[in-house]
Amino acid sequence: MRHTISVLVTNEFGVLSRISGLFSGRGFNIESLSVAETLDPQVSRMTIVTSGDDKVLEQINKQLNKLINVIKVYDFTGEEHIERELALVKVNLTADTRPEILSIVDIFRAKVVDVSPRTYTIEITGDEEKISALTELLRPFGIKEIVRTGRIAMARSPKQK
Amino acid sequence: MTKKIGAEILLECLMKEGVDTVFGFPGGAVLPIYDALYDSPIKHILVRHEQGAVHMADGYARSLGKPGVVIVTSGPGATNTVTGIATAYMDSIPMVVITGQVPTALIGNDAFQEADIVGITRPCTKHNYLVKDLKDLPRIIKESFYIATTGRPGPVLVDIPKDVLTASMAELKYPEKTSIESYQPNYKGHPGQIRKALQLILAAKRPVVYAGGGVVLSNAAGELKAFAEKLGIPTTTTLMGLGAFPGTHELFMGMLGMHGTFCANMAVTNTDCLIAVGARFDDRVTGKIDEFAPYADIVHIDIDPTSISKNVKVDIPIVGDVKDVLKEMVKALPQAKALKEHKKGLSEWHAQVNEWRATHALSYKQEPNGKIKPQFVIEKFYELTKGNAIITTEVGQNQMWAAQFFKYDKARTFLTSGGLGTMGFGFPAAIGAQIAFPDSTVAVIAGDGSLQMNIQELATAVQYKLPVKVIILNNMVLGMVRQWQELFYDKRYSHTCISVAPDFVKLADAYGAVGLRAKKPSEVEAVLKEALAVKDRPVLMDFRVDQFECVYPMVPAGQPLNKMLLV
Ligand SMILES: Cc1ncc(C[n+]2csc(CCOP(=O)(O)OP(=O)(O)O)c2C)c(N)n1
Ligand SMILES: [Mg+2]
Repeated sequence: MRHTISVLVTNEFGVLSRISGLFSGRGFNIESLSVAETLDPQVSRMTIVTSGDDKVLEQINKQLNKLINVIKVYDFTGEEHIERELALVKVNLTADTRPEILSIVDIFRAKVVDVSPRTYTIEITGDEEKISALTELLRPFGIKEIVRTGRIAMARSPKQK
Repeated sequence: MTKKIGAEILLECLMKEGVDTVFGFPGGAVLPIYDALYDSPIKHILVRHEQGAVHMADGYARSLGKPGVVIVTSGPGATNTVTGIATAYMDSIPMVVITGQVPTALIGNDAFQEADIVGITRPCTKHNYLVKDLKDLPRIIKESFYIATTGRPGPVLVDIPKDVLTASMAELKYPEKTSIESYQPNYKGHPGQIRKALQLILAAKRPVVYAGGGVVLSNAAGELKAFAEKLGIPTTTTLMGLGAFPGTHELFMGMLGMHGTFCANMAVTNTDCLIAVGARFDDRVTGKIDEFAPYADIVHIDIDPTSISKNVKVDIPIVGDVKDVLKEMVKALPQAKALKEHKKGLSEWHAQVNEWRATHALSYKQEPNGKIKPQFVIEKFYELTKGNAIITTEVGQNQMWAAQFFKYDKARTFLTSGGLGTMGFGFPAAIGAQIAFPDSTVAVIAGDGSLQMNIQELATAVQYKLPVKVIILNNMVLGMVRQWQELFYDKRYSHTCISVAPDFVKLADAYGAVGLRAKKPSEVEAVLKEALAVKDRPVLMDFRVDQFECVYPMVPAGQPLNKMLLV
């Protein structure tokens, strides 16, 4: 099963390689990884998408916690949370296909962020399914390039009564 | 205000940590440290190979219970430490390794003698540091010792560029204490879990204690003994746990696992309650994992949460310091009268254990005029020393026989590379232990193959007048590998014959050590006695032993523990 894990780490040199080394050294999976500073510049957050059974996830959690630089590990699985990814898609363009592409962009509430005579570059944010759906629809026009960020996640605030 | 350079500050920090002995080897990047050492009260042991330095620091730490400290230069000096560090890491030995590094400005430039040792050792240290600024050095040294010695101990490496060693700074302010937000080892076991565990243990009809190196590391041998005695629980230890429970105790069943005793392996297979204390269910211990302790509820006490339910699913985990948890457990035990009743209830189990102990006790056969049996040498040494010695081992058959045929009554008297199984560990480790205990008998039970992996340290032992006893069980083969070839590879002895070897007696002589040899069983005792009388230099004893002797019992890899090959 897939899990999105958030790892708070001290913002020091070498921390990323400690984490990635732990995953590769112990044969854990990384499907995506994103890293950035938090509000506190001494602390970074890594969001890792991984997969494995309960036993593997238990080890991932414990092994991460064992690293000296890891402050907190949080597994979003089973929690109300929001997940987002961002993708940039460069798609081929002709006079004929332009309106159709624009309407797809519109439906997905994506954005055209760069234009050339033969291409559009489209920016889209959303969860994984949404991005995959968009790329599937654009594929017949000819996707020249696609760049996706890793997934990031945040817990939903408790709803007021 | 007088200023001090980084190298001097480093040594001051070490002294604040109570370090009086370091093991090392100089080179360009650490010249400033060596210059400072010249006037320092710290005792520096000059080794002949950096791997030797790390194993010495390791043997020093294992025997003394204090962290070992190593100083080496950048590049090849640093990379030579890797095997030693990995060895210490696998066995959770507290150690601080200081490596020199090329000047900060050159890092990443493929400078002369540059190696990314922080990158290389990341997976085999508990933690490591590159010191980029002198002002961080005191904090980093403080943290290094703190991390190395607390929680589940382990080696920490500190890489210091040469310009940091030569930079100067005003008087040292060494931090009194340190606390690291993201590192908070848990020592106290959860009271609820402890209560539940005790209920289970008291209800058990066939309980077994399985104790590992964690008991040694946490100095909990006394607590373990009290616990097992009060409850009357038969006890086995891992290789790393030997000495954590008295080897001559009536409840002791010997070591378990691949070369464990029949008694220990049968008891673990049949127990209904296995109490794992400071052990980690290594594959050499469990055999086939699905059939390990199949009837048991398992209680697992360990300071490292990652050890719990890693290999074997545990029923009652207790995360905490073994010493602390055992103390709490003993405190919570019923009154003496009730305990007596309880022990009576175990009499059937005790009888069964005693029967197993008697049926297939460890054995070998020494023909008076035959070849020397390696086990005989070890038993003789036990007899002569009355067990009063610190024993280290190399790796292979010698290691297993040392585990089986010498009895260890005290913790920290049996030092072996259990986790990594590093040939070349035993001899330098014995040197380290002898430095920690100058007046004790320290011996390495060595294989002829392993010994040659760090034989150069003979010069170190001679230089410091260390009377280390080197007991070479010289079978002229890589014995343990040969044994596997005999049993599982159709006796195809591919590349395990090492009969082309130095004459160890002449070699000892060449180094200024004492060399002795025994070729017949009748010569064994005299050689050992002569060696024991030497007090001012190392002794190499070349025991020409039977090449075809195998270590038994043996659980073939992947088999359950009760499927042992017996003698
Ligand atoms: C550094 C290293 N290389 C290889 C091995 C694999 N190995 C394990 S035991 C052994 C044979 C050891 O021979 P020797 O030291 O003569 O001991 P014996 O088994 O003969 O007592 C070997 C090669 C190892 N454990 N360590
Ligand atoms: Mg040999």
